[in-house]
Amino acid sequence: MTNHWSDIKNTDLVLIMGGNAAEAHPCGFKWVTEAKAHNKAKLVVVDPRFTRSAAMSDYYAPIRTGTDIAFLGGVINYLISNDKIQHEYVKHYTNATFIINEKFELNEGIFSGYDETKRRYDPSSWGYELDHDGYAKVDETMQHPRCVYQILKKHYSRYTPELVSQICGTPQDAFLKVCEHISSTAAPNRVMTIMYALGWTQHSQGSQMIRTGAMVQLLLGNIGLPGGGMNALRGHSNIQGLTDLGLLSNLLTGYMTLPGEKEQDYEKYVAARTLKPLRPNQVNYWQNFPKFQVSLMKAWYGKAATKENNWAFEYLPKLDKQYDVLQAFELMGQGKMNGYICQGFNPLASFPNKAKIIHGLSKLKFLVTMDPLATETSEFWKNFGPYNDVDPAKIQTEVFRLPTTCFAEEDGSIVNSGRWLQWHWKGAEGPGEALTDPEIMAELFVRLRALYAKDGGAFPDPIMNLEWSYRIPTEPSPEELAKEYNGRALVDLTDPKDPTKVLLKAGEQVPGFAMLRDDGSTACGCWIFAGCWTQAGNQMARRDNSDPYGIGQTLNWAWSWPANRRVLYNRASSDAAGKPWNPHHKLVFWTGDKWGGSDVPDMPPTAAPDQNVGPFIMNAEGVARLFAPTGLADGPLPEHYEPFESPVPVNLMNPKNPKAFSNPAARVFKGDMEAFGTSKDFPYAATTYRLTEHFHYWTKHVDVCAIIQPQQFVEIGEELAKEKGVKAGDKVKVRSNRGEIIAVAVVTKRIKPLDCGGVKVHHVGIPIHWGFKGVARMGYLANTLTPFVGDANTQTPEFKSFVVNIEKA
Amino acid sequence: MASLQSLDIKQRSATTTSSPSVRRQTEVSKLIDVSKCIGCKACQVACMEWNDIRDEVGVNVGVYDNPPNLTENSWTVMRFTEYENTEANRLEWLIRKDGCMHCADPGCLKACPSPGAIVQYSNGIVDFVQENCIGCGYCVAGCPFDVPRISRKDNKAYKCTLCSDRVAVGLEPACVKTCPTGAITFGSKEDMIEHGQERIVDLKERGFQNAGLYDPPGVGGTHVMYVLQHADRPEIYHGLPNDPSISPTVSLWKGAFKPLALLAMGMTALGGFFHYIKVGRYDVDAHAPDEEHEEEVR
Repeated sequence: MTNHWSDIKNTDLVLIMGGNAAEAHPCGFKWVTEAKAHNKAKLVVVDPRFTRSAAMSDYYAPIRTGTDIAFLGGVINYLISNDKIQHEYVKHYTNATFIINEKFELNEGIFSGYDETKRRYDPSSWGYELDHDGYAKVDETMQHPRCVYQILKKHYSRYTPELVSQICGTPQDAFLKVCEHISSTAAPNRVMTIMYALGWTQHSQGSQMIRTGAMVQLLLGNIGLPGGGMNALRGHSNIQGLTDLGLLSNLLTGYMTLPGEKEQDYEKYVAARTLKPLRPNQVNYWQNFPKFQVSLMKAWYGKAATKENNWAFEYLPKLDKQYDVLQAFELMGQGKMNGYICQGFNPLASFPNKAKIIHGLSKLKFLVTMDPLATETSEFWKNFGPYNDVDPAKIQTEVFRLPTTCFAEEDGSIVNSGRWLQWHWKGAEGPGEALTDPEIMAELFVRLRALYAKDGGAFPDPIMNLEWSYRIPTEPSPEELAKEYNGRALVDLTDPKDPTKVLLKAGEQVPGFAMLRDDGSTACGCWIFAGCWTQAGNQMARRDNSDPYGIGQTLNWAWSWPANRRVLYNRASSDAAGKPWNPHHKLVFWTGDKWGGSDVPDMPPTAAPDQNVGPFIMNAEGVARLFAPTGLADGPLPEHYEPFESPVPVNLMNPKNPKAFSNPAARVFKGDMEAFGTSKDFPYAATTYRLTEHFHYWTKHVDVCAIIQPQQFVEIGEELAKEKGVKAGDKVKVRSNRGEIIAVAVVTKRIKPLDCGGVKVHHVGIPIHWGFKGVARMGYLANTLTPFVGDANTQTPEFKSFVVNIEKA
Repeated sequence: MASLQSLDIKQRSATTTSSPSVRRQTEVSKLIDVSKCIGCKACQVACMEWNDIRDEVGVNVGVYDNPPNLTENSWTVMRFTEYENTEANRLEWLIRKDGCMHCADPGCLKACPSPGAIVQYSNGIVDFVQENCIGCGYCVAGCPFDVPRISRKDNKAYKCTLCSDRVAVGLEPACVKTCPTGAITFGSKEDMIEHGQERIVDLKERGFQNAGLYDPPGVGGTHVMYVLQHADRPEIYHGLPNDPSISPTVSLWKGAFKPLALLAMGMTALGGFFHYIKVGRYDVDAHAPDEEHEEEVR
């Protein structure tokens, strides 16, 4: 989230699209009801199904699954053609004025720089035109044909209401009604929040869907304002913490990236990440990359990380490719990955194409699962009749099940969607032999290190030199880990301007990331968490909910990264002169000599407005990117592509170019393309989702949750049900090209057929929560059906859009 | 629930003993704002956990409602109705939390022949005292909302207590405490009516011209009230009675037959007779009206 949960109460309009907050985030949804009750906010929901969120809405519009870019592209077109733009904001706070390289083009849905054989783009033609000083050229009038605003205008002029309606199946009047609601927030004193979740992430073009939403918000001037923002609703408790701490295979902590195999040279690795400002006077915060990276290496390797050995750069793995989970299971299937430690997740249930996952797991030599529950994955080898029809005699994988405590059985912090690190205390001891995850990991590490010490090995240094000075080496405590993330001074830190002045004594906790240095004098496990456990103690444990400005800015409740800042880019809540856009919801404003207000300013505190320091300090431009010259694998502007499995035969946006049917830059493994189904055999659009009554595959182990939603079902509309002779409560068989499931049919008015350019599209809704372990009735894993392809940038699987057939069972 | 020392009993079934009246106790009410309810069923779970009741893990019968009906172990269930609002040309998913309404004039209590099996506290809560319950099922017949259920395990009647044990010590009912959206609120009946009126103003501004409070006079008003988007048509909310009142049979029993009620022998015989009819019929017919209704509105 750019903003945070309680801030939603400040909004004038909530758009829920690509998510179903009332269903999947019921506690957070209370802030929507709060905005409605006390701020007269309206709620608009766009979804293939009339959801629980839609039930609470002021306006609902249906959409075909996977077509959100077409819809939002149409919104952009509407905003530009009806002059519903927050002009001052767009001019000063976005790259609308920037001029793009003349080599950039879009040809029938494919951007310049495409290599079809590799399914990859070379983004060099997407860059800015630079002047002699290396700064991007701009045109303040935004009339230059190659300035971002003009490119944007031209690009989305193709997204007409007629075409949007044909692609999305949204009736034109409904689409325009949504546009009307959204465009009302172009007024500087009105603001919209977008709440989205996996309904945008889990598509082969998921990152770009989210980007399109962000672009709409930028054109309306809704980012950085109270009640505004792009608000990703995180699903798993602490999935935000997972990404913050770099648990994705290509990340280090705090969103720093690992080197690629071509980056063997430390200087080049650092230079590529230490950005140069693209406009004069910009903060360009990533220029501090070396301070964060060196401090991380000091936290990990202590004295073994020296200037001479490039801070132990050679210990870091150099990636030949991304090792995301889809890649991992592909490699297992190829016999190239032989062992797997599965910590706190249940891939057999959670990843696409169950048959492929079973195949991969069956080829492993060993599988370790660490989980509080007996997961499906830990029993993938066991026959559960039709629900898991395998032959255990043919599976040789050795499975180790290590029981862990659950979140309520341990102390620690959880990062919520709004980036708050909230410390919590255990409510009970774990049962039986359960250990906490850090205890298990520490036991493994200490024993591995002993083996290396005894037997040596190919490359023992990264193991032998790992800093491991916990009080009890096999039980690092949550407090020790938290303090390590925050970081500390390794020597007395003196003021660069006055070397006699000691700012922090050796061993003291740093107050924030501004204290971090690139000379090895500081250690910090995760730079964005610096400030969470300072000399003043555990900031995450703070529980003062006083709200002096009355807009939900409780700066003394827990601690928020970065720097306890609650709303990112909050300087944009004021105009270029530093005056709040909305005097009733003041966030950060210029007080005459500094930035002040109800939040920690996202700006150098004394940078006066006339210095033109942009509010988007993490970008080298200082402004937000309507056009992304770098950073995305699949194009600088979002373009509508069909899901890899689509119920329609052509992409109406680029009907003449079959290469632009689905995302041309998405990675597809050999064999998986062949496993995609077509609309001929599988005519219905399918989408998977969660229900309020359950949490993923966990709560089917809980009696009360099993009682309130006991048995697997799928949802179909009345018309499709009638066609198939299915009544509510009948069993139906749902088939994709990868497998089939049998479930009870819920026949509903809430799913209606959509007219997509002459093709009548029915949706089949597939809740995911059942499996063959737990106390709820046994069911099929929904991912028996889903396709093995992910988003071109994140590789998040396309769980939300695929095709199926359905019949009465 | 047995008598609670901090709650005065105002009425006691089949008893003429006068009630205590020294303490001043506020009439309470739960207000369920249907327009804010997302049907998450957290209230069902809270109810199960606070009251230590569990139904069996059932089946899906083709709807979101689960368990599909009130039982002796499920004192509250969510009722989902898909309603095509043809006037406004929109679909509405109406989700109503069903359970005991705690009538000011409780039909169950009136019908109950067993002394002290049903009580009404001076704060308005109607409670079943299972140790006094003879399982005759009169309360089932006496209830205009089809709420009480007779347990097959101990043959006693059960229903929502409005968490009288929590309220007695100054806590809100468990469902209220757990509701994530603030759709269920609890307080004095006066305050709840006022809060309901505010909500109605908001709903009218959002185009629900007939929004209103459900506090039906036919049962003397209730201590569980609803804010409805369509208060002119309560029946679309999964058969919420339009104008509930106590069945004439019960009124007759309490009117003309009351003097005879002191004749214990006669009462027992009659009780046995009604028990046979009512409990038998209840088992067979309990689901039928709901299914019929579903066909009509779904």
